Amino acid sequence: MTAQANALEIQKLDAFKGVKKVTIEEYFTSGHRTCQGCESALVMKLMVKAAGPRTIVLGSTGCMYVANTTYYTTPWVVPWMHTQLGSSGSAGLGTAAGLKVLMRKGKMKKEPINVIAFCGDGGGVDMGLSAISATLMHPQYNLLILCYDNESYANTDIQVSGASPWGANTTFSPPGKKYRIMHTRWKKNVAGMLAAGHPGCRYVATVCASYALDMMNKVRKALSIGGPTFIHSFDPCPKGWDYDPMYSHELGELAIEAGIFPLYEVEDMKLKFYGKTKKIVEGRLKRKPVRDYLLRQGRFAHFTDEDTDYFQKKTDEMWEKWILPGVIPLRPEDGA
Amino acid sequence: MAAQATGAAAAKAPPTSKSDDQEMLISGCEAIAHACRLADIDVVTAYPIRPYDTVMQMVSKMIADGDLDAEYIVAESEHSQFEIVKHASAVGARVFAGSSGVGWFYAFEALAVTAGLRLPVVAMVGNRALDDPGAFGTEHNDALAVRDLGWMLTWVETAQEAMDNALIAFRVAEDPHVFLPCAVSVDGAFLTHSQHLVKVPSREKVNQFLKPYNRGNKLLHPDNPITIAPQVNEDWLIEIRKQNDEAMKRARGVIAEAYKDFNRIFGRNYSPFLEEYMTDDADVVLVGQGTLAMPVKVTVRKLREQGKKVGFVRLKWFRPFPTEEIQQSLKRFKAVGVIDRDYSFGSPYSGGVLYTEIRSALYDLPNRPLLHGFICGLGGREVTIEGVTEMSEILLKSAKSGKLEKQVAWIGVRE
Repeated sequence: MTAQANALEIQKLDAFKGVKKVTIEEYFTSGHRTCQGCESALVMKLMVKAAGPRTIVLGSTGCMYVANTTYYTTPWVVPWMHTQLGSSGSAGLGTAAGLKVLMRKGKMKKEPINVIAFCGDGGGVDMGLSAISATLMHPQYNLLILCYDNESYANTDIQVSGASPWGANTTFSPPGKKYRIMHTRWKKNVAGMLAAGHPGCRYVATVCASYALDMMNKVRKALSIGGPTFIHSFDPCPKGWDYDPMYSHELGELAIEAGIFPLYEVEDMKLKFYGKTKKIVEGRLKRKPVRDYLLRQGRFAHFTDEDTDYFQKKTDEMWEKWILPGVIPLRPEDGA
Repeated sequence: MAAQATGAAAAKAPPTSKSDDQEMLISGCEAIAHACRLADIDVVTAYPIRPYDTVMQMVSKMIADGDLDAEYIVAESEHSQFEIVKHASAVGARVFAGSSGVGWFYAFEALAVTAGLRLPVVAMVGNRALDDPGAFGTEHNDALAVRDLGWMLTWVETAQEAMDNALIAFRVAEDPHVFLPCAVSVDGAFLTHSQHLVKVPSREKVNQFLKPYNRGNKLLHPDNPITIAPQVNEDWLIEIRKQNDEAMKRARGVIAEAYKDFNRIFGRNYSPFLEEYMTDDADVVLVGQGTLAMPVKVTVRKLREQGKKVGFVRLKWFRPFPTEEIQQSLKRFKAVGVIDRDYSFGSPYSGGVLYTEIRSALYDLPNRPLLHGFICGLGGREVTIEGVTEMSEILLKSAKSGKLEKQVAWIGVRE
């Protein structure tokens, strides 16, 4: 007998067929204190709306903890617990393991309970990557790890993270008289890496709350498929990216139209593109120039034409040279 | 299932009426693994580091053999190891983890929040010197590092006591008046890997002592949709800290109560906080924790043969610190020598952690004994009969002259 092969029953959450079919109940309500135009707060709301009331949420340190979950004003209707910055993977794993064993041993009523652990890009792409990677290799536990990526340590004052875009002005990478570009790393491809490298994980997806229905349905699929799953959410951030809060949705759309952030899912190692990304891949939509996206944000205000061109060139590579466009950056040897 | 048990199944069922302790020759690590089995733990996390990790080799084998039903997770770091059990504990699981030396330090953040969250995680620390430079041997600085955070800390001398204190640790940690994590410290090599005869009780007996873990209204579950550890800032943190302080104070009484029940159910004769050895008519005593008790006791016997009135007091719980018991015990002697298998660089008088704590505990006594600090046995170096004799002679000299020549001495160091 294989150790611990007996997986628990899981909730069957069918896709919402159209925005009018979305349930009306909210499980993330008033009480949070995020910035005007905060896309990540919307992600929280949609995430738990998609999951429903029989859900436990674990939140690692970041905006969605500090600004979002304050004593006496919690916005969470479902049970919620803080976890450490690098612990979203471990928090989800420990919670799922606890529920599983207590139900198996008859110490808790048997029922499928969703477990969602969320982290920001600092917690997920940087510090917590090792624990997330480990957790995705445990197929016997049902849980979702959702990374809300606003491309900086936004809670601690907008410091550069492994998910910040190349060249962005952050408080740890300010442009200066000698160096115009202080952040010289390209954004880490976390969803692609996790999808490609974790045979224990049945589902990895990318989402953007500008496409709310798609986002909620991917959360529902991730929770229904069984085992550990991962969703990477691209969240425009008015404070960190320096734009008028009314443009959050529009910037999310622009990033996808410019091919900077692709929308896809990997289910049982099968790749499927979504929305405008799908049209780009199929050649039915021409990518918008990255300039249209970059120039809308103060964090790129120091860019010269040379910088914008470099950004365009690197983005083009994602679509023209990667073996799986926008997903896996391997390519055949030159001349092969 | 039980109601329909056939004759054959009923015959297989373990007897419940007679004393059915099994005597086994096992190491400290193995003894704690048996405590985990007897406590029917729900979630256990492992990560390799010597010397604690033998406990996980045993626990994993027990699970593989079907002797224990628990989720067994090999984590990718000590930080995850302790985060996983922390969260499992929050949903109502009885949990166990462990580490040694710098591994324990790698988990430090998780250790801090576990205590802050009042989660009754039970851990084994196989005491080991901190890197750098590398050493496998015993030092107590690893476990002692959490002394201010709300972890209860106990040190044991034998494999029997390792098993017993692990069971007591679950009982005390999971008491709703306490709800604090507890670490059982087992000296690396000297106890983790040396075998003793251990009386292993039946699960039925253990069930009389150890009730199921009940998280009550603090359980994280959809039927009890609470928010745990929201951001509190200066508005509430000091009140919460005060509650944790009160919980640690209450732990003293809960520990004493647990020992009473333990002695009754298992037929032992433990005193909860201190073990005194040949102290009745002693002029001077040594004080220490863990396995150094053995060479000290041997030396005390030898010195007694020479008519020297030396005794030994073994401290069993470091947190909560048994202040009153220490005062009542040590005030009877002319001179006291505290043996530290640890260091605290830059501390008052450059003494060890235990010395500094005991010195503080004795401060309010009207007639304090002369107090010496001895640092020895670091990095797993043996505490020898010669070393203990040297310490005893220093104490006897002070007791005779009524004067303390030097507060702190390092013993057994090559010059």
